[in-house]
Amino acid sequence: MNTILEIKDLTVSFDGFRALNGVTTKIEKGEIRFFIGSNGAGKTTLLDAICGRIHPQQGTIVFNGDKNIMRYPEHKLVNIGIGRKFQVPSVFTSLSVHENMEVSAVKKRGICSSLLQKLTRQQEQKIDEILTLVDLKNYRNKMASELSHGQKQWLEIAMLLVQDLKLIMLDEPVAGMGRKETTKTGELLKKIAQHCTVIIVEHDMEFVREYATKVTVMHEGRILDEGSIDQIQNNPKVIDVYLGRGGENCA
Amino acid sequence: MTTKTFFKTPANRIFFVIILLLLLAPLFLSVFRINLLGKFIAYAILALGIDLIWGYTGILSLGHGVFFGLGAYAMGMYLKMEAAHGRLPDFMSWSGLEKLPALWAPFSSPLSLALIIIIPAILAAIIGFLTFKNRIRGVYFSILSQALSLIFVILFIGQQAYTGGTNGLTGFRTMFGLPLAADNTKYLLYYAAIFFLVIVYLYCRFLVSHRLGKILMAIRDGENRVRFSGYNPAAYKIFVYVSSAVIAGIAGAIFVPQVGIISPAEMGIVPSIEMVIWVAIGGRGTLIGAVIGAILVNGLKSGISESFPEVWSYFLGLAFIIVVIFMPEGLIGLVKKYSTRIAWRVKKEKTAEKSPSIN
Amino acid sequence: MDTYLLQIFNGISVSSIFMLAALGLAITFGLMKIINMAHGEFIMIGAYAAYVIQNIFSQYLPASIFDFYFFIAIPASFLAAGIFGWVLERLVICHLYGRALDSILATWGVSLILQQLARSIFGAPNVDVKSPDWLNGALLIHPGLQLPYKRLFIMLMVIICMTAIYYLMYRSNYGRKIRAVMQNRAMAASLGINTRKIDAYTFAFGSGLAGIAGCALTLLGSIGPTLGTNYIVDTFMVVVLGGVGSLWGTIAGGFLIGTGNTTLEFLTDATLGKVLIFTLVIIFLQWRPKGLFTINSRSLDE
Repeated sequence: MNTILEIKDLTVSFDGFRALNGVTTKIEKGEIRFFIGSNGAGKTTLLDAICGRIHPQQGTIVFNGDKNIMRYPEHKLVNIGIGRKFQVPSVFTSLSVHENMEVSAVKKRGICSSLLQKLTRQQEQKIDEILTLVDLKNYRNKMASELSHGQKQWLEIAMLLVQDLKLIMLDEPVAGMGRKETTKTGELLKKIAQHCTVIIVEHDMEFVREYATKVTVMHEGRILDEGSIDQIQNNPKVIDVYLGRGGENCA
Repeated sequence: MTTKTFFKTPANRIFFVIILLLLLAPLFLSVFRINLLGKFIAYAILALGIDLIWGYTGILSLGHGVFFGLGAYAMGMYLKMEAAHGRLPDFMSWSGLEKLPALWAPFSSPLSLALIIIIPAILAAIIGFLTFKNRIRGVYFSILSQALSLIFVILFIGQQAYTGGTNGLTGFRTMFGLPLAADNTKYLLYYAAIFFLVIVYLYCRFLVSHRLGKILMAIRDGENRVRFSGYNPAAYKIFVYVSSAVIAGIAGAIFVPQVGIISPAEMGIVPSIEMVIWVAIGGRGTLIGAVIGAILVNGLKSGISESFPEVWSYFLGLAFIIVVIFMPEGLIGLVKKYSTRIAWRVKKEKTAEKSPSIN
Repeated sequence: MDTYLLQIFNGISVSSIFMLAALGLAITFGLMKIINMAHGEFIMIGAYAAYVIQNIFSQYLPASIFDFYFFIAIPASFLAAGIFGWVLERLVICHLYGRALDSILATWGVSLILQQLARSIFGAPNVDVKSPDWLNGALLIHPGLQLPYKRLFIMLMVIICMTAIYYLMYRSNYGRKIRAVMQNRAMAASLGINTRKIDAYTFAFGSGLAGIAGCALTLLGSIGPTLGTNYIVDTFMVVVLGGVGSLWGTIAGGFLIGTGNTTLEFLTDATLGKVLIFTLVIIFLQWRPKGLFTINSRSLDE
């Protein structure tokens, strides 16, 4: 297997508070990697650091074997294949579903190409395919503001899919979703993972159990344990700080 | 864009009608009114630029008076040099200058009119680069842009020998040899203003009807999401800021020969924020709204404030509050709302005819 | 050197007035994310309140107590501006939550109306407020350097106000509630804090501070309907430099702009000094885009 993302000794502090403390981990191609841990464990901060929103004080993040992406601005990360979905659905509410997809689908993102280049037939086809996948095909001309919460989440995932990313990061994608929507999102996840690696922060343990290939437990800015779901569920330390007795969902 | 697709958009059809009316206006109005209308057209051009940056991109610039002023001063300096016939412009000798300052030297040539575009573009590029690249945005940008207009007013008033101080530049005589006081020149300037309005409108329409327009709106909705979609929002913001500054400069240059004076009062904090309200009243994010708003508000202003200056302040103040709070889409939004409501009702009546109820 | 020291002293005393006005602005922005362009008009209202009190004293009360009118004028200015602020919050501001840019435009409309109102009531020309006799004169440091009592009094007044603000914000129950709402509105509301009430009172309080600033300004010169507009940009720059919503930042920002302004004006001239100070602020923001004192936030779009 080859590694897509290698994080070494990552440390982030805000005004003296260490949000991440020497985090080291490797993520292999094709994984669905879950990061779990109680609030303040540093999960979101880790995603922020990978996608360039915050600048760590120490450590390295190497993407695809050779690129140290520590100082890349956000938009460049997207262009080399790293995408991120935020906890609160963020789609462009005054654009239609299709326009949202159009803005995401193009590969050349300069001013001139935004003025002169139309979508290729291939790109149009791809948008159609992905909208079908997330069940939004019939909504393509609706304004994004008219979609339901779940539909907005899927649209945002669809926008990531159409970008042809190598690594997708999702922050609590099923928060606020009902069981049915959650299952659908999970199925979507499996399809995404056929083409790219996925990193997810999630509290819903049932969801984690169902879809994770590997789980990392974080606690107070450090990695507590890492491995298969069975392995971490039987680790007494993990049970102690996060899962609680009996390994039940505590989030 | 072909003519056929152009007329598909209702806004473009309205614009076409407005241009027709403006073209025919000299048949009905006195030359004084035409001159006034020409000034409003300059304002409409300015409003288009503001709509681009505020209505579409969501950046509230409270310093567009500066760009308007810079374009206007560039034109004014050229006209002043033409009026001086190779001698020193009058106000300079009053302030004790004996030699033409280097700053003024280029304005003896008509080529200098290119500066109407170049100066606002350079200034906007510098400010845009310094602010947008460092992610200074929202109210921070608005406050800084307001400080910009204060700085320029102070500078222009302070450097009297170079700028004419508080009085500004006036006493123009001819433009390209044509006497500015003559009726024919006034008609000519009026038609030139309409010409530039059409050009600027088409340019803005070109921008917003392509993907770039969608990206601008996306920046307004969620700048960070745009960044995480792989775009560099700063580049787009600088581009739209420069475009809008150049448009403001052109508007200023059209303003000056028709009005005959440009002073720092036209570029200060108060006019800069009033420009925004024209767009708000017409309807932000719709180019046609900006044009209608600018002409309408200024028409009302000259109508009301000629006879009741006090009432005008109250009216304008209330307009700011009511439009922003209760009709954020402006007049165009109101029309849209009612037209869809009527369309909906018509449709309902039709279906009611088709399927009579059982009772 | 003495002239420079005097200039600096004058600069600090004027900027202490801005600080007071800017603190009001910083509190309301921090709390409600509203930029109040009519804040300058509350300065103006405070100044006219002092003018009215002065007139009442000189016309209806014995001359022997005229000198004490200023002690009535200060609370009167606070109250007048505060009441206007409260009404404004209830009528206009409450519709503008979450719309910071729109709030700039709507409150600008308010400022136009208030200015015209002042013009209709008091007339367009500036009016003078006669300072109490005991404030005329100056403290003699040494020949060549005299510190006017008026300016010393202003500084004392600002210091007292700031201490009061400090106690209100950081030592009182009410202040705890304000800070709670500032940090997390939804959470504060769910803990049973009436955020609407807090908003209205705080807005009134911030406006009242501007009113006191206006009262202080009457000691330095004549006042008119457009008094507020002349100061609003300076006040905003103080807030931006200090970090919007930060009280300590506002104080530091006010101090820096005040002394910087006078120093630069002293070194160059009045117009260039002003241009330079604003340019410096813009350059400074390149380095710290959110001002001197910032609060880290984890939300994507604040």
